Formats: sequence, structure tokens, C-alpha cells
Amino acid sequence: MKTFKLGGIHPEENKIAADKPLEDFSLPKQGTIPVSQHLGAPAKLLVKKGDQVKTGQLIGETAGFISANIHSPYTGKVKKVDNVLDASGYKRQAVIIDVADEEEWVEGIDNTEDVIRDISATPDEIVEKIQNNGIVGLGGATFPSHVKLKVPEGKKIEYLIINGVECEPYLTNDHRLMIEKTEEMLIGIKILMKGLGVDNAIIGIENNKMDAVEHIRSMLKDFPGISVEPLKVKYPQGGEKQLIKSLINREVPGGKLPLDVGCVVNNVATAYAVYEAVQKNKPLIERIMTVTGKKLQKTANLKVRFGTRLAELIEHVGGLPEDTGKIVSGGPMTGKALSSLEVPVTKGTAGILVMDQNEAKFAEPRTCIRCAKCTEVCPQGLEPYLLHQFGELDRPEDAEANAILDCIECGSCNYICPSNRPLLEYVRVGKANTSEMIRNRKQK
Amino acid sequence: MKNQLIVSSSPHLRGNWTIEKAMYGVVMAMIPALLVSVYMFGLGALRVMLVSIVACMAVEYVIQKYIIKGPVTITDGSAIVTGILLAFNVPTTIPTWMLIAGAIVAIGMGKMSFGGLGKNPFNPALVGRVFMLISFPAAMTTWPKPIEARQFFSFAGLDEKTLDTVTGPTPLGILNEQGASAINTDYVNQLLGSMSGSMGEISALALILGGIYMIARKIITWHIPVAYLLSSFVFAGVLWLVDPSQYADPLFHMVTGGLMLGVFYMATDYVSSPMSKKGMLIFGVGAGVLTILIRVFTPYPEGVSFAILLMNGFVPLINTYTKPKRFGEKQPVN
Repeated sequence: MKTFKLGGIHPEENKIAADKPLEDFSLPKQGTIPVSQHLGAPAKLLVKKGDQVKTGQLIGETAGFISANIHSPYTGKVKKVDNVLDASGYKRQAVIIDVADEEEWVEGIDNTEDVIRDISATPDEIVEKIQNNGIVGLGGATFPSHVKLKVPEGKKIEYLIINGVECEPYLTNDHRLMIEKTEEMLIGIKILMKGLGVDNAIIGIENNKMDAVEHIRSMLKDFPGISVEPLKVKYPQGGEKQLIKSLINREVPGGKLPLDVGCVVNNVATAYAVYEAVQKNKPLIERIMTVTGKKLQKTANLKVRFGTRLAELIEHVGGLPEDTGKIVSGGPMTGKALSSLEVPVTKGTAGILVMDQNEAKFAEPRTCIRCAKCTEVCPQGLEPYLLHQFGELDRPEDAEANAILDCIECGSCNYICPSNRPLLEYVRVGKANTSEMIRNRKQK
Repeated sequence: MKNQLIVSSSPHLRGNWTIEKAMYGVVMAMIPALLVSVYMFGLGALRVMLVSIVACMAVEYVIQKYIIKGPVTITDGSAIVTGILLAFNVPTTIPTWMLIAGAIVAIGMGKMSFGGLGKNPFNPALVGRVFMLISFPAAMTTWPKPIEARQFFSFAGLDEKTLDTVTGPTPLGILNEQGASAINTDYVNQLLGSMSGSMGEISALALILGGIYMIARKIITWHIPVAYLLSSFVFAGVLWLVDPSQYADPLFHMVTGGLMLGVFYMATDYVSSPMSKKGMLIFGVGAGVLTILIRVFTPYPEGVSFAILLMNGFVPLINTYTKPKRFGEKQPVN
């Protein structure tokens, strides 16, 4: 079975919510919609206090090449525009909407469950609809999807790679989507193939989700050009560089993009969102996410409108356990620890993980014993112990020479370290210093 | 909720690998060799082992507590590993005070003077052993005979008369003194441990078993041992092919002396060996070639300790010039 070769780890999978079917989560009474839910420039706000908005109405407009539209997830009245805390701990501009009892969708949006199979849109219309409907990568990076479809002159794309790996422990949102929204997802993949003009799409799925692999396979006869490939479980296989290596044995060099080796990578949830955007003209106003944790009364996979406070989702699963130590937005390897549950669900929120005290607390860092485990597990072939030193000692030249910017921040080094050293923390410091040095050099 | 939330950057998971697991794993791996030694040399082997471990831990304790005045970490297993390795590297007839002196040098000079675990450029046990070899050349080269030596036991060390009756040269000593024609070629018995030598080095088989255990548990990787074994085998083999009457065959070099002990337990020391796979291979090859060079072309019958210490000295250089294979380094771009 295929996988990538260099480095990698195998943390406990803990996919405890894997068998929980998708539930539609109820609308909140009030929603908080940040204008920056994607990578790139924040959207330009189009509404003000007192405005009435309908579900699916554009409330934030693309502001720059890498940016994305924001739509209202509900019908209601803009209470105010304010700065609110997001999952990263920054205060950012957001629209706060009082949700009305009666839901009214913007005209032209098909919000039924009917599956529309014929793809009538031309490639240009596909890109336009994806852009207009605010689709971003739902695997975690929230990169605006229309940008990925605009392939620069001279680059030839041979493969569309669909990421169904879900290598993060605990998370099961993509797993449920692949099982319950299979046909829609496959149509979405076909749309992406048409938009890109490629004939081959490969769905990569780790072999702890063989039910999804089998289910998708059984439907593939209607979707020529699409194949599904089970992969041996190994973290960080969901990182796009590692996934490309696993599936087609090509390596994206440092500083380059997948399209430099002839691929475009999209997440399964993005493919589903593309289906809704193109076939049903439905903007991205909700997503599937996992609410999980060993001590929670129950776990769930929920379809949630953006702007819903995380506290409401936690209430739905029975509230926070007594000995909660940490709450993570996203998966445990790359997610963000939250200081508050007042944070809203946004396009990038793949899940919430509640960890108990025991799971959340780490032993004190100890001396490096030079065991070389970090070097062994690094999927990028770097030397985390050395980059840690360059970060700590502020030596950006040396860090650059040792390829610090190739780090994908997967955290495998931190995971394996027997001395529990904060390797990735200092590599991040080093990356920031190195990037700053390079910016200064370019200005001169 | 009673407790405040912990907020830290990712990753939010840690594996269960610890310094202790690695160190006590090495200790476990050395048990077969210890059992062989007790069988062959009797209680003397246990005495050497216990004295060495206690002395190493005590020296580390005193330095950490009264000189550095910092945290005491003698239970992390690293001082125990050094203690066992030092014991494995001396004959079981060594007087107790000499062993204590060796432990003081091993831990005090070899390890703590550089800042303790993780900082020492040289393998501490080997620093202690080489110090003892240079300072107490007679006692360090008086080798008990297997089986015969086990009935005699003394804390202070045996008196000369008894020593004469229960000691004899090592196979490498015979090779060094009398040449290749005089060597014992009963490799099966030597593999099992029936030869004169340092406490822990005699049974290549027991040492290999422990080595395989460490590789299987991912305490060490195969790179250093395989490079070390292959290079010493090939180098000794070439010499033997050139002149079998003068040079011993490569199998002899494999099963005698401290080669297996060095290959699996001392060359693979985390702190004093390279960080990249490529570096480990270079390190292993260098140690293998040096071992045979010293054994064959110098007055020292055994070269494992010197070879590893010399290669330890090259590690910073090796680390600088051998980078791991970076992801995407050689990929053509369209």
C-alpha cells in the first residue's frame, strides 16, 4: 500500500466520532461573521449596522487577488460591526447578526437536497461561480479555491488530487462527508476537473477509512477519470506535499507549488462545496465539523452555519467536562488552542477537540540528548534540533541555509522528542526571523 | 470549570518516548551479555558491575548536587548505562579502587565537565576505560580465563599468585604477540563467550541479541552497527586475502575482542554519534577501518575504544557536512 517515504509518525488515531452520522445543527440566535475567514486579504465589508440580510447574501467582497467573498449564513438584522476574538487569538472585524425566526434565502440559490448531475457550466463559469460563492480550501489552509483553478501560462496540470486523508487524530468530518455526501463530492470533483481541464483525479484516503474507500469505489463507474487510492496510515500524509509524494511519487521542491509538478490538490470538503456552488449556486455559509474528546458525554459530526459560537456546539454534546484542560480548534497536531468558547465557527474550523487535564499537560522540557529522532521523523528531511537552536539564538542566515522555510509545521518533531523540547515553537520563531531577513534583503 | 484552559501552540499531542525509556531499554539489551559474563567469570562480574554503576551514579550525584548545585538527574538512566558500559570494558579481576577511579574520570571528566547528558563530545565510558588502560596498564590487561576464574572472588582484587593461575591472554593478544598462525579458530565457542577478555565483551552472540532488541525497539537505528561491521569485515578481509599467513581472517575479528560491544552499544551512543543517516554511515565506516588498523598495525591488540573515541572527535565535522536528504531536493519542475 502506498505512502510517503521520508519521516512521519503514527499517533494514536482516536477517531471516536467516526460512526456518528451528520446532523444539521440548529441556527443560532445571534451569529458573528468575521470578514477574514481565509488566507489572504480580509474581505471588504458591504453591510452596516441596521441592515437587513438574507441567507446567502454577499456581505463581504473579495479585496485583492488572494481573498474571498463572505456571505451571510442567516436571515436577520446587522446588530453591529465590531472587533471580536478569532481562533488565533486576534481581534478582527466581524459582523454580528441577530438571526430572524423566518429564514429567507437569496433568490437563485437551490437549498434543496436534490442532486444535480449534469454539469452545464463552462470552465470559465466554474471559476466564476467558485469565486462568487466564496469557496476556500476546507482542509485547513483556507486558501481561496478560485486562485488554484487559474493555472498560470506554461504550466500543465496532469492530475487533480483530492485529499481525503484526514491524517489528524480525532477528526472525522471528512470521513463522514465521504460516506454521506459521496455523489455530490464526486460531481464536485468532476467540476474541478472540467475547470482545470484535466482527465485524471485521484482521491487519497488512509486505510483506517476503508468503508469510505469501498463506498466511493462502488460509485466510480459513473465517474470516468476518477480513481480512489487507499494509503497506509501515516502522519502528516494530509500535507499536500506528502500526499502528492504518496500518490504519484513526485516531490514538490521547497518554495514551489503543487502545480510546479503538474498537480492541483483539493480537499474532499472543498469538492463538496464546489458542487454546491456550481450546481446549486449556493455560497459557502456552512461546513461539516467534528466535535470530539475522550471525556465528552457524546461526540458528533455536525453541519454548522458559520458564525455559530463554539460554546453552543459544546452545549449540544453535553457541556464541558469538569477536568477540561485544553480546547483545540481543529485537530490535535495542527489545530489552535482556544482561550475562549465565544469564538465563532468559520470556514477553516474542521472540528473542536476537548482534552482533559491529563492529555493537555506536558512534562517540562529537558536537555537534548541528540538522539536524532526529530531528524528521523521530519517528513521534509530537515534537522529540527538544529533549526530550534538557530531560532533560539536568532541566526536567520544559518536557518535559511538549513532550509528552515521548507518546514510544513506538522509537529512530528515535537511529538517524538523524548525530552519534550519545544522544537516547533522555536522553528516558528526562526521561520519568522528568516522571512523577515529575506524581505529586508529584497528591499535593498 | 475549576481549571483555566491551557493555551499553547501546536502540536497538542506528545508521544510516549522518553529519555528513561531509551536508557533503560539499553540496560535491558545488555542483560544477556551480563548473564554470560556471570556464568563465565562468576561473582567477580557482579562485583565489577555493581561497583561501576554505584560509583557512576554517586559521582554524578555529587557533582550535580554540590558543584553545579542544580537538579539531580541520576535516575534518568544515562549514568547507569555509562556504569554498565564501563564495567563491560574492564576485566573482572580489576581492583575496586581502580574501577572507582575510572568511574570518576568517566562521569566527572567525560560527561559532567562538558555540562552533563547531551553535551559530552566523547563517550564517557570510553573516556573512563582509556584513562584506566593508560594509568593501570597491567591490571587492565590481565584477563581472567572463562569458567576457571569464577571460583575466585575478592573485593580488593586477586593476589598475584591466584591471578597467575586464572588469567590468560585474549585471542587478540595472542594474534598481536604470536601472529595469525597461533590463533584459536573455534569461532562457535568464542561467539558464545568462551574466551578471556573484558567482562562484557566476551559473548558476541549475547551482544548481537541485545543489539537486535535495541534496533527492533527503535532505540538505535541500523546505520552505525551495519556500517561498522561491514567496514571492519571488509577491511580485515582484504588484508587476509592479501596474506592469510600474516593476517587473521575477518570472522576472527568479528567474534573476538570488544567489537560487538563497541558496534552496538558504544558507537551508537546518542550524544557522541552523528545526527543524520549519512553521517552515521560515515561514522560507522570510519570506526570500522580504524579498529582494524589499530588491531593490526599498532602495538595495541585491541582498537575499538580508540577507534570510537577518534570518530567521536569527528562528529561535529560530520554533522556540518552531512545533511539529511531534503524533501524535493532533486525533483525536476515543469
